[in-house]
Parts: sequence; C-alpha cells; structure tokens
Amino acid sequence: MSEPVIKCESVYKIFGENAKKMLEEANDKVDAKTFQENGCIVGVNNASFEVSKGEMLVVMGLSGSGKSTLLRCISRLTDATGGKIFIEGQNLLELNNKELINLRRNKMGMVFQSFALLPHKTVVENIAFPLQIKGIKTKDSISKAMEMVKLVGLDGRENYFPRELSGGQQQRVGIARSLAVEPDIWFLDEPFSALDPLIRKEMQDEFLRLQEKLQKTIMFITHDFDEALKLADRIAIMKDGIIEQLDTPANIVLNPATEYVRKFTEEVPREKVLLIEDVMEATTTENLSDLKVSKDEIIENVAEKILTQEKTVAVVDNNNQVIGSINPSKIINTVFGGRKNNN
Amino acid sequence: MELIKKYPKLFQWLFLLIVFFALCFAIDVPETYKFIRGQAEFIKDPNQSTYVLFGKEVRYYAFDVFWRLPPLLGWLPIWINDSLFFLMNEWMPMEFWNEDTQEFKTRPLVLQITRNLTAFMTFLIELIREILLGGVETTVAFTSWDWIDANPWAELPGLPWTIVAAGAAILGYKLSGKGLALFAALVMIYISIFGQWKPSMQTLSFILVAAPLSFIFGLSLGIMAFKSKRIEKALYPILLVMQTMPQYAVLVPAIVLFGVGDHAAVIITMVVAVPPMILLTLLGLRGIPPEVMEAGRMSGCNNWQLMFKVLIPTARRDILIGVNQVIMVCFSMAVISAFIGAKGLGFNLLLALNQLNIGLALEAGLCISLIAILLDKMSLAWANKQIDYFGNLNFFQRHKNTFFFTGAVILGIILAYIGSFYFDEGYNYLFEIPHNKGISAADFWNKGVDWIWDTFFQTLKIFNTWLITEVLQPMRALYLRMPAIATLVLVVGAGYIIGGIRSALVVGGLTLFIALSPWWDRALVTTYMATFGVIISCIIGFTVGTMCFQNKYTTKFMLGVCDIFQTFPSFVYLIPVMMLFGVTDTSVLIAVVVYATIPATRYTIEGLRSVPTALHDAASMSGVTKLQRLMKIEFPLAFPHMMLGLNQTIVFALFMVIIGAFIGTEDLGQYILKALSDKKGAGIGLTLGICVAFIGLIFDNLIRTWVDQRKKHLGID
Repeated sequence: MSEPVIKCESVYKIFGENAKKMLEEANDKVDAKTFQENGCIVGVNNASFEVSKGEMLVVMGLSGSGKSTLLRCISRLTDATGGKIFIEGQNLLELNNKELINLRRNKMGMVFQSFALLPHKTVVENIAFPLQIKGIKTKDSISKAMEMVKLVGLDGRENYFPRELSGGQQQRVGIARSLAVEPDIWFLDEPFSALDPLIRKEMQDEFLRLQEKLQKTIMFITHDFDEALKLADRIAIMKDGIIEQLDTPANIVLNPATEYVRKFTEEVPREKVLLIEDVMEATTTENLSDLKVSKDEIIENVAEKILTQEKTVAVVDNNNQVIGSINPSKIINTVFGGRKNNN
Repeated sequence: MELIKKYPKLFQWLFLLIVFFALCFAIDVPETYKFIRGQAEFIKDPNQSTYVLFGKEVRYYAFDVFWRLPPLLGWLPIWINDSLFFLMNEWMPMEFWNEDTQEFKTRPLVLQITRNLTAFMTFLIELIREILLGGVETTVAFTSWDWIDANPWAELPGLPWTIVAAGAAILGYKLSGKGLALFAALVMIYISIFGQWKPSMQTLSFILVAAPLSFIFGLSLGIMAFKSKRIEKALYPILLVMQTMPQYAVLVPAIVLFGVGDHAAVIITMVVAVPPMILLTLLGLRGIPPEVMEAGRMSGCNNWQLMFKVLIPTARRDILIGVNQVIMVCFSMAVISAFIGAKGLGFNLLLALNQLNIGLALEAGLCISLIAILLDKMSLAWANKQIDYFGNLNFFQRHKNTFFFTGAVILGIILAYIGSFYFDEGYNYLFEIPHNKGISAADFWNKGVDWIWDTFFQTLKIFNTWLITEVLQPMRALYLRMPAIATLVLVVGAGYIIGGIRSALVVGGLTLFIALSPWWDRALVTTYMATFGVIISCIIGFTVGTMCFQNKYTTKFMLGVCDIFQTFPSFVYLIPVMMLFGVTDTSVLIAVVVYATIPATRYTIEGLRSVPTALHDAASMSGVTKLQRLMKIEFPLAFPHMMLGLNQTIVFALFMVIIGAFIGTEDLGQYILKALSDKKGAGIGLTLGICVAFIGLIFDNLIRTWVDQRKKHLGID
C-alpha cells in the first residue's frame, strides 16, 4: 500500500499558557478536567489516523468537539502542541515558514464556513488570488480562474462582487478558489453549514460530482451526521477533543463503539446508509429465490423487491458471482430493529 | 437589615455621601484661604512656604493637609522645562555641516533634529501652498535668492481658483455623485467670492501636509500594535490620555521644540491626529473575521502579502473612517494652531475675535464650517463608497474624471489669461479674488450684532446677571468649599462601589495627581464649569433625543444636524456666543452647553434605536402604551449606550471649557493660554494638559466600568 497522504500520530492541541509543559508532565494521559483546573483547555486529545490518496475523511462532531481545531492543526493554521503530522511523508511541524508557504501554495486548498471571500475583489479575482500570490502573471491566472468559474457553474457572474452573490454562490467561489492551484489535499471546514437546507443538498450533490471528477484527498468537517453519512468514505466522530470512533459509515451505524456514537446512529434511517454487503450472510443456502441483488446496492433501493420474496435472496458481486445471501427477515430487522430501544 | 441586603449598592452610595458631607462640615475653611487670582507660582510673598525637591524650589501657600494638599508635584513643570531646555541646548553636542555658511558648526543633537524636521515640514507646506497660491519659496529651496532675482519667470504661478473649484467638484462627483459635486462647487465659489480664498488655501495646504503624514504614521503604528501585544500595551495609555487631552495643551511644548509657525503646528497636529488613526486601524484589523485571515494564509500569503493584500483591503472601511477622523482633527488643529502662528482661516478668526469684530469673525467662521462639512462629507463618502467593476467600460468612461479635470485645467488657464486682459486694474478676478476685493458681509453682521445688543441688551443683561449671581457663583463656591480629602474620598469611594479595588486605585491615582499639582483650585473651577455644562446638556440632549426618536423623520433629521455640528471645530462656537453675551462666563458656558449637547442627543437617539425590533414587537403584543414602552423597555435597554453619550458629553464639555479660556475664565484653560505666551510655559502647559486629561479619564473610567457591567448584566453587546 502506498504512503498515506495525511498521517497523524497522537496529535494534541492544548490552549493555555503552560500547555506544552503540562502536556510533557501528563505523560500521554491527558485528562481534560485536570487541565481545565490549571487554566488549559484541551482542543484535540491524542488524535491518530491516516488518510490515503483519493479518500474522503469526514470529521463529525458537535460545536466545541475540537473538529475545527484538528483541521487547523493539520493545515498548520495553529501549531499542534504535541504529536507528529506527516503530509506526504513530510513532517509538517518541522517545516520552516518558507516551506510551509510553498506547501500551501501548491498542495493545499481550504474552504471555509463563512466563505471568507475578499470583499474588494470580483469573483474571478477572488479565484485568481492564490495564483497571483504565487506570482503567476495576471493574464494566466485570470484565464485559469475562468476555468474554475466554469467548473463551479458561475459563468456569467465572474465580474460580480461577493456582496452581490447569494450564500450558495459565494461558497461556489470559495470552492473554486480553493481548487485554483490544483491542490492534492482539500480541506473543507463546514462548507455547507451556513446555507439553507435546499441549497445545502444541491451543493452536496455538486460536491460529490466534483470529487468524482477530481479525486482529491479530502478532510471534510461537519456537525451534520446525515451529511457525513452521505459524503464520507470514512467518518471520524469527535467529542471533547477525542476521536470516539473512526470507521466506514456502515460500521459506525452497525457497531457504534461508544454510547455517544450510538445516540447519533439511533435516528439514522439505516436502509439509506447500509449496503446489502453490510448485512448479508457470507454463506449461501441451497434454497435461493430467483432474484439476485448486487452487493453494492443501498438497502432502500432493493428492499421492496427482497421483501416480496419468500425465500432467501442471493447476493452477487460485480462479476455476477454469488458471494452471499440475504433473508427478507434480515431486511426487516435492519430497518426496524435498531429503534427497538428507543422507548 | 433586609433593605440593605436588597439594595446593597444604594446603601453603599448613601454611606459614601454621608462620609463625604461629614468631612465637608468637619473641616473648616482656613481663615487665610482665598482663591488666588494671579499665578501663585510667580508671586513672591512672605506668607508662602517653600520646599526643595530634585533641586527645584517650589513656592506655595500652605494649608491644613485635609483642606488642600501641598503641591508636591510643583517641581514637575519646572523639571519638564529644564529637561527640555537641557535636551535642546546642551545634550549631545555634535558637529553638523551648515549649508549656508559652508562650515561645520557645533549644535546639540535634538536641536539639529528638530530644526531639520521643521525645515522639511516648511518645505512641504510651502510646496503645496505655492501650487495652490503661487510663490517663490520652493524654487528658492532648490536654487537661491540670487538665482530667483535673476530669473523671475521661475516663480510658481499658483492655480486659478476656478481650477481648484472644478477639481473639488469633480472629486465630489467621483466620490458620491451630483449632490456632493454641487455642494463642493458652491462652497468653493462662496469662499472665492467672499474673498477668503487665500486663508482657505493656506488652511487646506496645512491639512494636505498634516493628514497624509498622520495617516501613514497612524496606519503603521496601528499595524504594529495589531501584530504585537507589547506595542499595543505600551501605546494604550498614551492613546487614552491623548483622547482626553485638550488639543490646546499640546501646542505649548511644540513651541519649545519646533518654534512658532505652520511647521510646528503641522508636527504637533500629527501628535493629535495619529491616535484616532491608530485606534481605528486596530479596530478594523481586529474586526476581520478569523476565517478571512486563514483563507489568506491557506492561499499561501507571506506576512507582507497577508497584511497588504488581504487584511488592509478587508478593513478598508474602518481605515477610511480613520482617515475621516484624521482629516477632521487636522482641520480643527489647523484652526487652533493659529495660537502658535499658523496661517490661514484660524488666524483670521483669532484676529477678528481679538478685535471683537464679530462680523469678520463670523465670515471666517462660516468658511471654516463650510470647509469642515465639505471635508467630512467627502471623506465619509470615500469610506462608504464600494469598489465597482470597471473592466467592461471603454477607455474614455474609465478615465472620464481625469478628462474632465484636464478640461477644467485648460479652461481655467484660458479664463485666467482672458481675465488678465479684461481686468486691467491690477486684480485678475478669474485668477484669485483678493481679500479686500471680495464681497464682505461683515458690516451686515456687525450691524446685526449691534441691533441685537440694542434691542435685547436689557433682557440679556438681566439673564446674565441672574445666572452669574444666582447659579454660577454659588455653584463655584460649593466646589471650592470641598476639602481636598473629602473629594478624594468621594472619588475613590465611587470608584470602589462601581468597579472594585482596581477602579478605585485608578481614579484615586488620577485625582491624587491633580490634587498634588499646584492647580487644584483651578481644576475645581474647570470641573464646576464642565459639570454645569454637562447637566444642562444632558437634560436638553436626553429630552430632545427622546422626542425626536418618536418619529422616523425627525430622528433622521436630528442625527443629520448632530453630524453637521460635530464637524465644526470647537473654536467656531465661541463666535455666536460672544456675539450674544459678550465676554463673560455665561458665554463660555453657553458654548459648552451647545457643543456638549451634540453627543448627548446623538447617543440618546442611537441608544434608543439600538433596542432590538423583536423587543418592540414583543412589548406591543403585551399591550403596552407608548409611555410604558419608553419607560419599561426602551430606557432601561438604551441606558448603557446613553451613558457612553454622557462620557462623550463630559469630554466635549471639558474641551470647550478649556477653549473658553480665550474669552476669559479662571480655570486650567486660562493657565494653558498663559503658558502659550510664556517662554518657560512648556512644562506648565503640558502638566496642565495632563490634569485636564485626567479629569476626563476619571469620569471615563467610572462610566465605562459601569457600562460594561451593565451591558454584561443585560446581555447586550
């Protein structure tokens, strides 16, 4: 397996005056309460994970859970108090200022919750800004920026000022700006949280379309569990600076690691998240129905068909080989079973 | 006991007042005490006591320490003076090359630096002045007097007034549109026709030098303060004192350092104009959302790019509001600087007031007011103007203002040329209308003043006498009757009740400084005049503000009126009151009231306006009457903001009381005025200025602390 693009080894971020000293004394056992008594606030507590090339890791947590802080440590907008962060094998925390600027100019792009556009520049100038900062000629940067304008579907509005755009349009500019330098790593900090629900859904679909085309390595921050399930390859759920669970959406829904995670999964409509593969039996019996379903189908899409069968249904892979089976009762259990404990 | 528990603050205040009055009655007025009308430190009198500290002999009248503290800080002005003298005349003598005599000369370092600085400033001012009015000084600076005698053609001709007027109108159009263009043109034409062109341009050239320099310094210091906490902490107390220091008082040390004239005035103007620029730069940079800064960083900006391509453009509006402040401060300083010999409108005004020629003063004052409004409107329009996209315009459209201006220049020159043939009696009216050839309304105004005096003399006199004998004298006597120790207890107690130990120590320290200076009595007189002004202003301001707030249009109208009146330099207010009440304390107090009513009214309206609409709706739905809504909802919520208005009112009142010294008062301001004409006045002037600033800061600290607590309590920001 190739080297991970982002790799974190027990990253800590602690705010406060003697943070560094306290962390050394704590001996890797950071307790938020004792730190708080000494005037320090724990932002990120022992985060270790890897993100491989082309993968989308969604970090989910409520406000104050440290998810944005974690992202800022990895983009080095703040310096981590302890631990190691590697970007494509380079130790991020050991880069000097010049190397860091170089890394940001060529490898990283970031989208912000409040768009963070420059009010005195037009759409196309905003998008061209990172290119011009790099020292690319105005003409070249503008033509490159125009490509980005088309990519995010803002043609015809390139000479508008941010104040003349709606929220959704402004975020499109933010996205285009972050992509202008063709970064390998794409950070998105709650990019859709400030938008209305309908626009948000539209932007999510647009975002998935873009990602299919671009295949960036992504860290996506959100407080919306549904959004995380919809977009993520893997989800990291954070609480009080600690990553409670890091897994695929299906595994998180099926096997929540902690009580905290389980509370999130309770309300989730499983049939919309889980694939047939996630709930099938790996064994096959003789007595199969004629229906065959693909292992990559979402349950919701095939549930009706399966439920009309009396016998167990065969599950096939991409090559139409039978790799397992699923009983209609299993579908019923999956869809309704999880909510039994609610009352 | 339960009452005390229920209203602890109330009982604390009651207790404080009881102690205060007990002290007042317990300590008798010493028999020898009298208000000294002359300058005590210069009178040699066998009754005086003396002491020597740091080698300085201080003379003073000794009283019981409870009644008046001995002036232990009396050595401070003398010491400041001697230090300045030492710096200027003795410290670090060095050899400097003298261009005129072509030899090395030994001079103290500071003297050489200040002389070079003044030479540079003089050059800048002359340059701009000669572009506007014509002259030879700039050419001489590069060549010599002999050369200019041989080549008289090299004299700068100056711009015809038509060109400057057209330029102002085009600038107005570019910044805001037709309305401002028309106003700018009218103001310029008025100035020219009424023969005020030369002094106006002198004042303008002063601002054109002082404002850009102040802007650059203010912006740089603001950026430095933004980047480094330490610099901010070091600057903060200076900024605070400068905000409440009367502009008048800074002039005094300027004379010692830089001499008398425009150059000294420009340098000292920068000292006054830089602090608001620093504050607004800081405010603007602080107000930038952190995400914008992060977006800049993630775009790969280095520090320089981040500051100049991201942060400063984003904070554009606040920074330009700073420019507006800088311009207005420069303008009011340009007027006041007349006291140290700056030329221009202020000088004419001062001269006219000295001669009690109200007509001339009014003319100059009107010009000053008009220019003030114009400058204010233009700089505000600049701040509020949003950048437009102009890539889709053709070459002519993009540069139309440049074309217009070029056209105006050509037309103006042609007109002036034609004029030189047409007006052959020596004055070219299309070039510049000289002072004595313009229309003058001075006679008209003077007649008007005479008529007012003839008609209302009795009424005014009765009012005047009543006010002085029945209100002012007793109030003043009451203030002077306070033993120093009682005042201290009152101030410290108030500080403790409002803001705890910290506040008590701060205000106590500030009061102690004044009490230990030789001018405690004068400070009391200043405070009494300011208090009187503030009380009347607040009553008027709160009433007018509340009444105007009842209607949308009157609200807007009143805020507009406040805006306009606020732009006038304080000195201008002395003209109409002198016209009506002559040279008395009443005049000063009425000027104080008029001037201080502006912030009182403005903050009342703004405070009432800041009450959220949701609360209005909620109140209406609970069925309140208009009066109930005002008393139960709007006043309590608007009160913190109104108190900030009180703070401003106090500062404005103090400034006016100090300026009022020009008419004749017996307070600190009078001493500052005297220090201006005194060779050894620098130390006295500076210490007096600090005293006035401290009076302002005492109230500022108390009010701000209270407002912050109250706002936190109400949960509003």
